Amino acid sequence: MTPMPQRFTPLQRALHWLMAVCILAMLFIGVGMVSTVAPKYLPLIAIHKSLGAVILLLALIRLAARWRYGAPALPADLPAPMKLAAELSHYILYALMIAMPLLGWGMLSAANYPVVLFGGLHLPMILPPSDNLHTLLWNAHFYLAFVFFALVLMHLAAALFHALVRRDGVFDAMAPGPRRESVLDRASQ
Amino acid sequence: MSSPYRSRARGALGPMVLIALVVGTAAAAFAYTAGWFSPERLTPDKVVAAFAPPGGPALGHRRNHVKGICFTGTFEANGAGSSLSEAPMFRPGQYPVIGRFNLATADIKAADATVRIRGMGLQIAAPGGQVWRTAMIDSPFFPVSTPQALYGLVVASGSKDSDAMKTFAGAHPELAHFGAWAQSAPWTGSYAEEPYNSLNSFVFTSASGATNVVRWSLLPSAQPVPVPPDELAKRAPDFLEQEIAERIKGGPLRWNLVIKVAEAGDPTADPSQEWPQNRRAVDVGTLIVQAIEPEANGPCRDINYDPTVLPRGIGTSDDPFPAARSSAYRRSYDLRTAEAAHFPAATPEATP
Repeated sequence: MTPMPQRFTPLQRALHWLMAVCILAMLFIGVGMVSTVAPKYLPLIAIHKSLGAVILLLALIRLAARWRYGAPALPADLPAPMKLAAELSHYILYALMIAMPLLGWGMLSAANYPVVLFGGLHLPMILPPSDNLHTLLWNAHFYLAFVFFALVLMHLAAALFHALVRRDGVFDAMAPGPRRESVLDRASQ
Repeated sequence: MSSPYRSRARGALGPMVLIALVVGTAAAAFAYTAGWFSPERLTPDKVVAAFAPPGGPALGHRRNHVKGICFTGTFEANGAGSSLSEAPMFRPGQYPVIGRFNLATADIKAADATVRIRGMGLQIAAPGGQVWRTAMIDSPFFPVSTPQALYGLVVASGSKDSDAMKTFAGAHPELAHFGAWAQSAPWTGSYAEEPYNSLNSFVFTSASGATNVVRWSLLPSAQPVPVPPDELAKRAPDFLEQEIAERIKGGPLRWNLVIKVAEAGDPTADPSQEWPQNRRAVDVGTLIVQAIEPEANGPCRDINYDPTVLPRGIGTSDDPFPAARSSAYRRSYDLRTAEAAHFPAATPEATP
């Protein structure tokens, strides 16, 4: 049996940080664009659609990478409720990364809005025009965005908690760049 | 020796405060971006709410231009538009259209004779999924210069304060120009006799990459017959819809689509100002309206005539209105589709 990896693979870490930037930008653009009638509304909504498609693609690649390479085990001394919260929140984060772009795409399709990416690429409609579907998907897209942001904040708080308070190697497993020698590593040598 | 975890926890106050600060700042930035700290920001919700008539909006219906009737037909392009824009619907040929004649009112009970501005929403579809949507009105220019001013106008005209309109007009001299048009321009008895103008400017890009700022107009082939407004007031509350449904039985109705090209220095960002009459005008084809259908189950009902739904070769310009209209129309669409169970609202003339 191969030993448990201590860190995510470079591909997984690169995807994580790239997507972190994309998803944060996406959430901020989303709440910003629906609250303005200024000219920036149009570029914001154009970026929101294109970036959504990028996030969907990245999320699928990431899911495949997770399936292929797995993840480092959580520290053995992590309390059970925190372990459960960690596992559950990651399932939901993955689900949202994939569901939110699809909900947005479905919502635009149901509203009969052409879905044009990067100024020219036409996506096919994935749903027929329907008031009820549009409303259902619109509500899901809107409210789940706030759930998503709340989870991102929790994820951020937990990451910093691991990095600054517990110093248990969990943050380091996903940290960008080459491995830094932590106090804990030196202590364990 | 204490356990490493406890020794770490003892020094945790600083990091915990730091974590709270980071998370709190992120949450505050999000709330700021969403406009929760900016009550003065002009949001689509505010614009849409301002249009509501005193009795509230007609649920399930558009929040403005609420009265309307669908049409279908074709746009017959003569090919002349291709010199200006690579939009596929300018290549010679016939393209299906779904449109909507409408009145510029948010009051679904308004009698047709009481509404000064008439409009047309139009969608021209080209093969391959490219779509051009436009919503035009029959006045030759817009009452005000900016979306903020339009919001101010709507708020002032709905205000109980009798001085609100006077104050607004004083601050927006362009409104007098529009007022003069509204007073003096003849009324007609038919949607078929009206011109429909984009008023907003857009950028056309040709296949060779040349760009031009343009506005467009649909000019009716039907001869306008002026009818005094007090004569129109005697007609049925829905006389425009009845007339057009009757008129179509005599054959298709036609408009010429004319593209007007701006020259350097023309006020491209201000729809309250007309461009000089001598600007190049290119006749690019004919809109042929072949059938009229009531909106209730008609093909135009579910179309949001968002003027920023544009094909390749047409883009927005420095005119701030299309973005504002897109944002507000989308809000109106989101609201009315969520209220679809209420559609159509009973109107006085919709007797069983």
